[in-house]
Formats: sequence, structure tokens, C-alpha cells
Amino acid sequence: MSRRTIRVRVNDVEHTGEVEPRKLLSDFIRDDLGLTGTHVGCEHGVCGACTVLLNGDPVRSCLMFAVQADGAEIDTVEGLAPDANTLHPLQEKFQERHGLQCGFCTPGILLTARALLREVPDPGETEIREWISGNLCRCTGYRNIVTAIREAAELMSECGAATSAPRKD
Amino acid sequence: MKPATFDYHDPTTLSEATALLSRLGEDARVLAGGQSLVPLMNFRLARPAHLVDLNRVAELDFLSVEDGELRIGAMTRQRALERSDEAAAGWPLLREAAGFIGHVQIRNRGTVGGSLAHAYPSAELPVAMVTLDATLVLQGEEGERTVAAEEFFLGTMTTALEPGELLREVRVPAVSSGSGASFQEVSRRYGDFALAGAAALVTLDREGTVTGARLTLTGAAPIRAQAAEEMMRGQELSEALFREAARRAVDGIEQDSDMHASAEYRRRACEALARRALAEAAQQAAASFEEAAP
Repeated sequence: MSRRTIRVRVNDVEHTGEVEPRKLLSDFIRDDLGLTGTHVGCEHGVCGACTVLLNGDPVRSCLMFAVQADGAEIDTVEGLAPDANTLHPLQEKFQERHGLQCGFCTPGILLTARALLREVPDPGETEIREWISGNLCRCTGYRNIVTAIREAAELMSECGAATSAPRKD
Repeated sequence: MKPATFDYHDPTTLSEATALLSRLGEDARVLAGGQSLVPLMNFRLARPAHLVDLNRVAELDFLSVEDGELRIGAMTRQRALERSDEAAAGWPLLREAAGFIGHVQIRNRGTVGGSLAHAYPSAELPVAMVTLDATLVLQGEEGERTVAAEEFFLGTMTTALEPGELLREVRVPAVSSGSGASFQEVSRRYGDFALAGAAALVTLDREGTVTGARLTLTGAAPIRAQAAEEMMRGQELSEALFREAARRAVDGIEQDSDMHASAEYRRRACEALARRALAEAAQQAAASFEEAAP
């Protein structure tokens, strides 16, 4: 079958790739770009581990073909922290509040939470739970995840743009 | 867990898309949001030889109100429908129904047309569109035809679409004033497929008498409860009325049994949900008069 050349902008860096049409976006991100922070769990859209931001919106990267992302902007967990020595407020609070144990679901949840806080800077518990309902965590029981997102929202509103990546935050 | 190979086509216009579908015939599948088809392909339960991707056909992505009618392009994302204030103002049932579809991440990709054309039994939008008496516009290479939502759904994942045709647009007629709507469903977990669901649209006059009712239940294809609708017309609102209408709605209906729920459970859940949907829709309808009062 014919391969296609695609161009995507991932975490603000241009990438080109040559892909079979059947290659899932999740596999392109992990195998072709080497960005293995995006995790692959169920590969049928249930677990949410592979969640990335596609033009700012959280989507399942296992339910898209890489060719469909040609021309798109993608954010993965690797792009969340502003630099190598600073965590994003969400990451900071997940660490502080034990919002993760094994960490398999964490990249997907962080990106879902990132999109939530962009749309709703001051979400209540119900809203947080509704948004992360599409991300399964088998360790934490979610309690600390909700707390971490809530406190990250507070931290981000206190610090404004100072602690966040300057681009879209 | 990886799709089989296929030839990929990504037309940018509607006419290109229908020409492709017409040429490729039954070997081709239409790819809309991919939230149902891609899982099936990942499991190799679907192995289309050709995939016609509609995601670059910009003319299929629109939502507008024209002459009081809501027009939704097939490639409109479910999240766009859910977030549209214009749609919610005239057709609150759609926002309510869309909110039950999967999760935010699913609705960001999933499309209105994809959900309707896939026609999965527990899907929300088919039930909502039958309740709202929507019309579906089907487009083939030779031209278009319109089909009432009620006639579009033929059974489990079976619709009136012919090979070579695609669903282009949904037209939802204006809802009369004095109406209220409600969508109810039960699922095992938040965002899971519905085990049972019901949608109701109730219209009242100023005296609180029912002048019109639409009630639809989930089933292999959406089940319109005409006997219940007819008995409600001209009646005064009461709990007893909702209970009797819900009982009639499930009288003799067929439901499927599977690993998630028995047919009997689904029938009884539909009855309870129908009663709740009618009561809430009636309450919304009554409230609409209070809002309109000076």
C-alpha cells in the first residue's frame, strides 16, 4: 500500500513522517517520533491513556490514523512542562497530592485536565469528575487526582501566566 | 489490535466523496469521527478495502438555523452540537442527549452524522432525532433524497442508506412554543453505553393540557411509542398519566438480551425512564409559560 508523507506540529516542533494509512496516531507519536509519554492501553477508546490534544482538544490518539493528523497541532505530555527543571502546575500538584501511583494513566489525565482548565479555569468537583470520566485509573480511586486538579487550578489562577507555558496558557 | 491494510481516500469536496463511494461500492466504508469504526478496525471486526475519510470535507461541518429549522452538517462534532447555544435555545433535547455520548474526548471527534449512520442500538442521537421528527438528507452521486428519521433506522446498525450514499445533513424542525423535553438513560458507569434510554417532548397549552407528545425508547432501532403519545393528547398532567403512558410505551416492545442486561430488565428500565422523561418534559413545558409571563 502507498505510504503518505505527513507534517505535524507536536509540542511546537515541526515533524514530518512517512506513514501507512493504517498507522494509528498513537503509534506514530510513540514509534516514529519517539515520544513514549503517550501511553497505549486498550486501543479501542475506553481507557483514555492515549489522550493527546489535537488542535487544543483532548482526543483518543488510538482512534485516529496518523494521516488524519496531517497539518494538525498536537500536544503530548512531553510538552506540558515549560522547561527541563520546572513542572507544570498540574504536574506539581499531581506529585504533591499523590495524584498517581503506577503512572500509566497519568499522561492522558494530565492532558484532559489541561484542556479542562483552559476551558473552565475554576472547575468544581463535579465538572472535574465529568471531564476525567473518560480516563481510567486503576490505582488511585481518583480522589487525589481530583484534589490535584482542583489545587492546580487555584495555583494557576494565583500565578497567572508566570508558571505556565507561555504559548497558550 | 492494529487495523488491516486499506486504501485511504481523503476527498475535500462532497462531490468527490460521493463519486468515490459510487465507484468503490460496497468495498468502501465512510470514515467520519471514527469513534466506532476505528475500534472495530483495530479489532479487525471491520476490514474495509477502502476508507473514504470525510474529515477534510469542510462543507459537511456546519450548524445553522434557517427559517426556524436547525441544520446540522453530518461532520459536525458532537461536542460542537453540545456546546451550541443556538441549538440548545431551540432544541434543548439535543444538548441533553449529546451530553450522554461517551466522554468529552469521544465527543471532540465523534460526529452527529457518524452516530446516526452507525445506528448503534444504545446511541443517543438516533433516539433524539426520532423524537424531534428530524429529516435526514442522503446524498449520492446522482442526487439527494430525504428520509424521516423514523424511517431511516431499520434495525441494529442498519439504516436506509444505500451503497454509494452518505448522510449529508440533518434538518430538525422548530419545536412549538409551550414545549419541554427530557432525555433519560441508565448505564453501568458514567459515559458507558446505555442499557436503556428514553426521550420525550411534551407540548402544553396555557391551561396545562397536553396538546402534543413524542416519546421514543432505545431498542435495536429507536422505538417510537405512538400509543403512549396518542393517549396523552388532550389530557391533564398527572403522575398517573405519565405512569399509564410509560406502561403503554413498553407494552409488547421487543428488547435484546446480552451480557449487559436482559430484555426484561431493558423493558422495565425503559418504562421507568419513559415515565421520568415525560414528567420532566412536562415540567419544562409548564415552566416555559412562567418564563414567558411578564
